[in-house]
Amino acid sequence: MPIHLKNISKSYHTAKALNNISIEIEDGKTTVLIGPSGSGKSTLIRIITGLIPADEGEIVINGEKLNESDLILLRQKMGYVIQEGGLFPHLKAHNNVSLMAKYLGWTKNKIEKRITELCGLTKFPADGLGKYPAELSGGQKQRVSLMRALMLDPQILLLDEPLGSLDPLIRYELQNDLKEIFRNLKKTVVMVTHDLSEAAFFSDKIVLMKDGAIIQSGLITELVKSPADNFVVSFIKAQRSFIEPERINE
Amino acid sequence: MSKLIYFLVFVCSFAYLNTAKEKDTVHVVKVGSKKFTEGVILGEIIYRLAGNSYKNVQHLKELGGTRILWSALINGEIDIYPEYTGTIKEEIFAGKIRTEEELRDNLRDFGIEMSEPLGFNNTYALGMKKNRAQEFDIQKISDLHKHRELKLGLSNEFMDRRDGWPGLQQTYNLSQENVTGMDHDLAYRGLENGSIDVIDIYSTDAEIKYYNIKVLEDDLNYFPEYKAVILYRSGLRKNLPNVVSSILRLEGNVPESSMVSMNAKAKIDLIPEGAVAAAFIEKFGFKTEFIRDSFLKRLLYYTKEHIYLVLVSLVPAVLFSIPVGILAYRKKKISNFILGLTGIIQTIPSLALLVFMIPLLGIGSWPAIAALFLYSLLPIVRNTYSGLQNIPLHIKESAEVLGLSWFYKLWLIELPLALPSILAGIKTSAVINVGTATLGALIGAGGYGQPILTGIRLDNIPLILEGAVPAAILALAVQWFFDLLEKFIIPRGLRT
Repeated sequence: MPIHLKNISKSYHTAKALNNISIEIEDGKTTVLIGPSGSGKSTLIRIITGLIPADEGEIVINGEKLNESDLILLRQKMGYVIQEGGLFPHLKAHNNVSLMAKYLGWTKNKIEKRITELCGLTKFPADGLGKYPAELSGGQKQRVSLMRALMLDPQILLLDEPLGSLDPLIRYELQNDLKEIFRNLKKTVVMVTHDLSEAAFFSDKIVLMKDGAIIQSGLITELVKSPADNFVVSFIKAQRSFIEPERINE
Repeated sequence: MSKLIYFLVFVCSFAYLNTAKEKDTVHVVKVGSKKFTEGVILGEIIYRLAGNSYKNVQHLKELGGTRILWSALINGEIDIYPEYTGTIKEEIFAGKIRTEEELRDNLRDFGIEMSEPLGFNNTYALGMKKNRAQEFDIQKISDLHKHRELKLGLSNEFMDRRDGWPGLQQTYNLSQENVTGMDHDLAYRGLENGSIDVIDIYSTDAEIKYYNIKVLEDDLNYFPEYKAVILYRSGLRKNLPNVVSSILRLEGNVPESSMVSMNAKAKIDLIPEGAVAAAFIEKFGFKTEFIRDSFLKRLLYYTKEHIYLVLVSLVPAVLFSIPVGILAYRKKKISNFILGLTGIIQTIPSLALLVFMIPLLGIGSWPAIAALFLYSLLPIVRNTYSGLQNIPLHIKESAEVLGLSWFYKLWLIELPLALPSILAGIKTSAVINVGTATLGALIGAGGYGQPILTGIRLDNIPLILEGAVPAAILALAVQWFFDLLEKFIIPRGLRT
C-alpha cells in the first residue's frame, strides 16, 4: 500500500512542527525518516497513524483519503511499534499478540498457527509467550511488540525508533532480524530513527528532515555524494565512525 | 475486570436477599423515643405496655430530637412516642397555641392524638454547681445578667429552640459571650470538671442531685410547662384499640418522684432502661420480663446491621461511580463538573446529610444508606478518573492504533490498567463508610453507633467501647479484605 502525504502542516500552539510536507512512500519499500530532535519526524509518523490530526494537507493511503470514520478499519491494516514497546502490562505476551485477532473473531487454531509463525519470524522463544511484559528483556519486548504489529498481517508497518532503547549488541542482532523480515514480507515500512547508520542499513529511501521540512530525500548514496546543502553535509559528518583515520593510526 | 463484576453481582444478590427477608406483612406497632434517658425509659414503658396486648411491637430508641420524631410520627414511620406539652406548643407549633384544647385540635389535623398528662412536669431550667453559684451569689436566672464572664454550655437542641436560648437571652437580657452548644449528657461532665459554669437541665434529671446542682429559679416565668404526654397516630385507636387503652393507663400515673428515681436508676446506677421500665409497670399488674441479650448476641446483631448499612450503600455506589468516572475521563468538558460535584457532596457534614435525608426517606436504615451512598461516590469516581488518566501515553497510543472500538479499548485495556486505582478508591470508600455508618444510629439505622450513642448518653465507657472497638476492627477487616481481593483481581503484570 503506497502512502501519499500531500502538503501536510502541523503546529503545536504557535510552534510549527511540520511545514508543508509532501512525500510519496512507495509500496513494499522501506522509507526511513531521519533528522535531529524536533525535526518533525515523529510527528509525521503519528499523523500517518491518525493519533494526531494534521492541520492542513491530506493523507492518501492506497488511493483513498484518510478520514476519521474509517480510521479504525485502516488501523487494522497497520502495524505500529514504538521505542518503549507499548506492550500492555496487564496481559501476557501471548495475549498482547493475539488481542486483535481475538477481537476480530479468529479461531483458536488460526491464532495459534499465526503465533507460531511469528515466533519463528521474530526469533522469539515460544516459552516466553506466557510471560508478562515486565518479565521480558528489552529486546524480547520489542520482538513481542513486532509480533503484535504483524499479527493481522498488515500492509503497512510503522516503526517509531523501535530500537532506540536497546543496548548495542541486542540492537545489532535485532537490526539484522528486522531487515530480514522487511525483505521477506515486502511490507510498506516507515521507520523513524535519529541514527544515520541505522537509516542507511534499512532504507530504500531516506527522508532527511529539519525544523519541520524535508531537506533532502533519496538513496543514502545520493545524500552522501550530492548533498543538497551544508546541513546534509554536517548531518552525515556528525555520524562519527570510530574508525576515523587519525585514531587507527594511533 | 470481569472478576470484579462477578464479585459485585455476588454482593448485590446477598444484600438483596437480606432486604427481602426483612419485609413483613403484619403491621408492627413502632414506638419511638428521643435520644435522652427519660425519653428512652418512657419509650420502654410504652413498648412494654403495648406489648402486653399486641405481639408485634418494636421500640426504635434514641432517634435524635423532636424534629426527627415528629416527622417520623406524621409520616407513619413510628406510631407512638412520648413528648412534652411545652415542646409541642413551642417547637412543633411555633408558639401559636395557648390552650390544651387548641393543641389537641391542631394535632388532630395531622392525624395525631395526645394522651392526658402522665403526671409530671419536666421543664427546662438552668443549673450551676452549688459551690459555684454561691461563689457568684446566684439564685435565679436574672442574677446571671451581672456575670458576663460565665461560660454557658447548652444542649444543641436548646441552642436553637424557640423556647430555648434565643428567647431566654432576650427575656433575661443575658449578654454572656461564651456560649457553646454540646451534647446534653456531656454538659454535666463539663460542669463537673469546671470547663463550663451554667448548663440547661431538665427538671427531672437524676444528675441534679448526683452532681449537687443548684437549679436557678425562672423568676420571669420564661419556660412553659412541659407536661409529659403520649402522642400516637389516630389510626391506632381505630385499628388496635387494645394497644391504645393499654398505654393510656400511664395517664396521671407517673408522678415526678417516680420519674426522677427511674432516671437515677438508669443514669447513675446504670440499670438498663428496659429493666427500669419493667419494674415500674409491675404496679399496673403487668408482668413483663426484661432479658438483656448476651454480649455476643448484641455484638452479632449490631455487626449484622452495620455490615448491612455498609454493603447496601457501597455496592450501588461502586456500580454508579465507575461509569461516572469513565464519563469524566472521556468527556473532558464535563470532567471538572463531575469531580467538583462529588467533591461538594463530600464536604457536607455527615450529620447534616443524614438529617437532610429524613424528609425524603424517613427514618431508619434507608436515609443512612442514601447518605453513605453519596459519601462513597467521590473516592471511587476520582480514582476511576485518575486511574484512567494516568495510564502512560505510549500505552494509550498503542491501544489506540490497534484499531479497537472505544468500548473494547476501554474494556480490554484501559479499565484493567486503571483497576488498581479503582480498587483503592473502593477500599477508601468502604473504610470511610464503616466509620460514618456509626452516625446512622442517630436516625434509627442501628449498627455499632447504637451502643456508642447509648454509652455517651449514660456516660458508660464500656458501652461506648462495645460499639467503637468492633467498628475499628471492622474497618481494619475491610482494609484487609481489600488487600486480599487485590491479590485475586489485579493481574500479576500490574503488581509491583
